[in-house]
This record gives sequence, C-alpha cells and structure tokens, in this order.
Amino acid sequence: MTCTEFLALLDDVIDDTVTAAVRSEVEQHMHKCGHCEVVFNTTRKTIEIYRSHEIYELPPDLRERLHTAIMARCKKGC
Amino acid sequence: MSTIQPIAGENEQHPDVALVDRVRGGDVSAYDTLVRKYDRQVFRIAQHITQNREDAEDVTQDAFLKAYEKLDQFQGNSKFYTWLVRIAVNESLMRLRKRRTSKMVSIDEDVETEEGSVPRDLADWSPDPEQNYSQTELAEILRRTVQGLPHGFRVVFVLRDVEGLSTEETAEALGLSVPAVKSRLLRARLQLRERLSRYFRRKKSPADGVEK
Ligand SMILES: [Zn+2]
Repeated sequence: MTCTEFLALLDDVIDDTVTAAVRSEVEQHMHKCGHCEVVFNTTRKTIEIYRSHEIYELPPDLRERLHTAIMARCKKGC
Repeated sequence: MSTIQPIAGENEQHPDVALVDRVRGGDVSAYDTLVRKYDRQVFRIAQHITQNREDAEDVTQDAFLKAYEKLDQFQGNSKFYTWLVRIAVNESLMRLRKRRTSKMVSIDEDVETEEGSVPRDLADWSPDPEQNYSQTELAEILRRTVQGLPHGFRVVFVLRDVEGLSTEETAEALGLSVPAVKSRLLRARLQLRERLSRYFRRKKSPADGVEK
C-alpha cells in the first residue's frame, strides 16, 4: 500500500466502513509509515474534538424565546 | 422467540413519524415536541453557516415555521430531521446572500481549492492536546479553525461529523451526490487537522532544536 492509497481509504477506515482485510492492510501500512500513522491519529482526534466540544450553544433563555415565538405563530396557523 | 430486536427494523417506525402525523392531524403540541428535539441542532447548523448569532436565531425560527407550513409536503421516505436540516441549510444560505449582496453564496463556493488535499504538517500531537488550553481558549480555537474552511467543506463537515448525519443523509440535506459529500468530507477533515496542528502539536524540548 502506498501513502496515496492510504489517504484514499482514510475516511472509510475512520468511519469503520472497510472490511477486516482492508483494515489490516491499512494497519500494516501505518506500522511501517510514521507519517500516515500521525495523519490517521490526528485526523481521528480532530473529529473527536469537534464532536465533544459544543462551540455554538443555544442559551436557555434564547431557546425559550425562540420556542415561544415559533409556537405562537404555529398556533395561529403561521 | 428471540429477545434481541434490531434497534430500528424495517417495519419499525421512526418516532418522529407519529409526531408528524399528529401535527398533520391538528395537534400543535406534537410540534412543540419536535421543536424541542431539534432546535439546538438547527441553531448550531445555522451558526456554522451564517457565522452570525442574530442570523442563526432568525434562521432557527424561520426554519421551524417553514417546516410547519410545508409539513404536508414532507414525504415519509426521508427522516423528518434530514428534511428539516435541508430547510435550515437553505434558510441559512438565503441569510448569507442577504448579508453579502455583492457575492453569490452557494455550497459550491470555494471548493476548487487544493489546500489540504495532501497532508503537510506531519508533526504528532500532544497526548491530550485540549488540556493545554482553557475551555474558552479551546472553543475559540475550534470556532476560528472551522470558520476558516471553505464554505462548501464546512457545511459537509458540520452535518456529517458534528451533527452525526450519515453520508447519504448529508447528501440529501445538501442536494449533493454521495461522492461529492465523500470528497468534501475528506478534504474538510484534512484541512482542519492541518490547521489544528498549529495548536496541538507536541512541543519539542529546546534540545530538539528550533521550535516556535
Ligand atoms: Zn504512508
């Protein structure tokens, strides 16, 4: 496996949509290729960080305000 | 007599379907439940696209009102949430167009860039890179970094990786093909990785040589 082939499979490996055979090929490549191992680990970490940190929170007071406005209009038939 | 049931079998209805049916039957309180279920997601998506708090508030309100109005057009063959996201994305893009009158805005904007197609920064990250920053600093880094992505990449990343839509649902919500979603997702992930490396790379000790 080349680094280019590895990169083409990166998303599928991260999302776990590859067969066991492909996964093991990818793992073998990472074992030999430090660069691809770093790319894999840091890309996975990138996704994990964005998933676990809420960067745009809907504050409770705003949420209530929006909610009231939406439901008031819906009850009138919009 | 198996006791293990699939989580959502083919014949099993998504709980939203019953809620949508109740709303169509005139039960407004069922819509209340749907709004509470998805308002945070809609607000986040709108913030990511418009990058403006006021616009995101307006979009959240407008998207739910529009979905309510158009509910009879909703076909049961897609999920209510995916359908709602599509409305929210369109409303967000309309807001953007209003703000940037001189410039057309679409989800195809800027996707021709080659940036991030090949990883360049190959430094490993600290074991727990988030620990080096306060929550406020970290949120600011994450916001700034994702905002720097080309628009057409950002929205794919947000729907697929942040909001957890499947590739197919993301394609449906954005009116893109599955291959287009896949290629944008890879580029988005790689660009974010590249940009976050600046903040998260393992700090070398002074003995290792030059390190800014
Ligand atoms: Zn490699």
